[in-house]
Amino acid sequence: MSENKPESGPTVNPRVTWEGCSVLLDINDGDRLVFARLSAGSTLKIGNKTFSLQPLIGCPFGSLFQVESGKEKPYLSRFIPPTEENNVQDEGGCQLQVESRDNRAIIDNNQAQSLTGDDIDAMRRQGATGNEIVEALIANSATFDKKTQFSQEKYRLKKQKKYAPRVLLRRPFSRSICEAYFKKYPARIGFLRVDALSLLLSMANVTANSDVLVLDMVGGLVTGAVAERLGGSGSVCNTYLGGTPYPMEIIRMFNFNNEICKRVLRCSVNYLCAVQNETTEQVSQHEDVCTMESQSDEKTSLSVSTEEVHLSSKNGVSDLVPENELSTTGKTCKAPKAGEKAPKEAIQSWKENGFSSLIIAAPEQDAWLLVKDLLPLLTYSAPFAIYHQYLQPLATCMHNLQLEKMAIGLQLSEPWLREYQVLPSRTHPCMQMSGSGGYILSGTRAYSNTSQS
Amino acid sequence: MWMLLMDSSTKISFNRCIRDGDLVIVYERHDTMKAVKACENSVLQNRFGVFKHSDWIGKPFGSKVFSNKGGFVYLLAPTPELWTLVLSHRTQILYIADISFVIMYLEVVPGCLVLESGTGSGSLTTSFARAVSPMGHVYTFDFHEQRAASAREDFERTGISTLVTVGVRDIQGDGFPDQFSGLADSVFLDLPQPWLAIPSARNMLKQDGTLCSFSPCIEQVQRSCETLRTDFTDIRTFEILLRTYEVREWKMDHSKADDGNSTACPPRKRRQPLSEASVGDNASSPAVMARPSAETRGHTGYLTFARKCVS
Repeated sequence: MSENKPESGPTVNPRVTWEGCSVLLDINDGDRLVFARLSAGSTLKIGNKTFSLQPLIGCPFGSLFQVESGKEKPYLSRFIPPTEENNVQDEGGCQLQVESRDNRAIIDNNQAQSLTGDDIDAMRRQGATGNEIVEALIANSATFDKKTQFSQEKYRLKKQKKYAPRVLLRRPFSRSICEAYFKKYPARIGFLRVDALSLLLSMANVTANSDVLVLDMVGGLVTGAVAERLGGSGSVCNTYLGGTPYPMEIIRMFNFNNEICKRVLRCSVNYLCAVQNETTEQVSQHEDVCTMESQSDEKTSLSVSTEEVHLSSKNGVSDLVPENELSTTGKTCKAPKAGEKAPKEAIQSWKENGFSSLIIAAPEQDAWLLVKDLLPLLTYSAPFAIYHQYLQPLATCMHNLQLEKMAIGLQLSEPWLREYQVLPSRTHPCMQMSGSGGYILSGTRAYSNTSQS
Repeated sequence: MWMLLMDSSTKISFNRCIRDGDLVIVYERHDTMKAVKACENSVLQNRFGVFKHSDWIGKPFGSKVFSNKGGFVYLLAPTPELWTLVLSHRTQILYIADISFVIMYLEVVPGCLVLESGTGSGSLTTSFARAVSPMGHVYTFDFHEQRAASAREDFERTGISTLVTVGVRDIQGDGFPDQFSGLADSVFLDLPQPWLAIPSARNMLKQDGTLCSFSPCIEQVQRSCETLRTDFTDIRTFEILLRTYEVREWKMDHSKADDGNSTACPPRKRRQPLSEASVGDNASSPAVMARPSAETRGHTGYLTFARKCVS
């Protein structure tokens, strides 16, 4: 079985990092999320120190790293959290132990800690590890013993994050990429929450061998999520209004191999619709237009690249800003290119067979105007899903689709997602939650033949 | 019989019409659907009259077909979503919001090996099969022999049997079979006492592999999480619901209500903003409005996710 050997080839989702692979770094349990491409020269900045990412190459995804103070300078080192730590907490049966302490003795006068900043610096110079500093801080805290067990844990965690920061190495998947963006730059992905993204993929029946038409104005997130589900089969056509394709830089954060990248194609709405109404001869007349488009494509992608130079740092690491291929050194750092102009054969096949799914995520467009043009490109009985961060455009779109009898099984829905804190005797919904993950209009294209009686 | 687009010959397209033997979803309304196998000599009888299958064959999927009495239904190509709405409920099933979230959060992609228990009615299994297709595989286990057999029949019917293997086994008591040790990308548990199966699930998973446990009760979640803390990390519990909206066009009454006479129209807006309509305009303008459906599911279950620690 090929899945037994994750390192065997680029085809099966590898579980170990390699030089040139894209990773998501989770610093201090979600406090900071950074996308990086691993190479000998790439670095990560935590606080005022810079760390080489070299030790992360060849490690399994899911590995945890902690800052260690080396002889010359601090470095990142593999860290395996002791499992007893958890057991100690649980074995005490702390859910049964009644907490008698409270905050009556805690006075907020900033005198509880007797260690000074200079003391800590001195410890560091003598080569104390982050954990030793945390222990020293606890030992020198006048109030630590008076705290409840829960706030003791909180205190320890806060100090650990500061003096012994941890970096979790994660695989970039649509889940983690969407969550990272939603947390940090939700506007860039049109406030599309991970549960809404998952619904789009289900409702549009995205699976291997399908031909999915996507209008993606959310940075390539939807296109990437679809390509992930296709796994190197079928095709995803990333379509766009006008002559300029939409940016899809997010797709480069997935570790897509060439096989998957090849399946991501681009074609303008105008061209797809023109092809729809023409014979093959007329299509070939369009080729000139097509070539011109491709030239403009190149220009656009170039301008996008230069823009990224400003945004990204030069070491191949960026906080959710895709790194530029040009700025990183060495061939190994080059990600395969997705989103080539659709070849004539692909367009011809889409025309003859129709697309098997449609997903629209265009937060700034009128859903109805788009769907009116795009739905006829979909084969009969094929499902579609339209995302919008606002309800009203989808309500209007749904109403119009009903009036025009273009689709059946129409449903306008909104996912609601609540996370829970689960702890002994302290289980409750999390205090903060996302208020909205957006709205989805889904349905199925009906066969409409006016001559039918 | 080709729910998944396993190869190009079975894929829905402008050129793929309904054939003798195809599984068809007969759509009456969004909440009334039925799975039917198209057979040359069969008929379908419902409240709209008698439909001859021979009329269906050769028509494109998505067509509207008529009964002897002039009633009509639509004929749709099956998808896991439609299947979830028509399958026979042998057990409580998972619905689209939970299913979609589970697939995405478990990071199931083509080529993955997924273990599931119990199989139940096979609603989630069908979506797992879609996600791992074409190279991956789903091994699903139920201790109920007859239920496992029915599930197998269903997977034959929907054309996903090459992607799914149904086993009869008490996973809580006996754990997953050793042959999958260290091979599973993801494990899904829908069991009354999931904490009993967690140690076995741990052994089946690859490093950094993902686990999900679905439980309706918070006490189950509590115990599962306590067990998970030993060998798992990134333990997170969620609840997901889908709120649906009703959409309709209202004729908004823009006339300045003569006091005492304002009880006429359905959307009883007591005071209309005058800015919308020109003053004195008594004609009503139509507007499309949406509101949450009155009746909705309040709870399905808690989804607890975890990741096997990397040693």
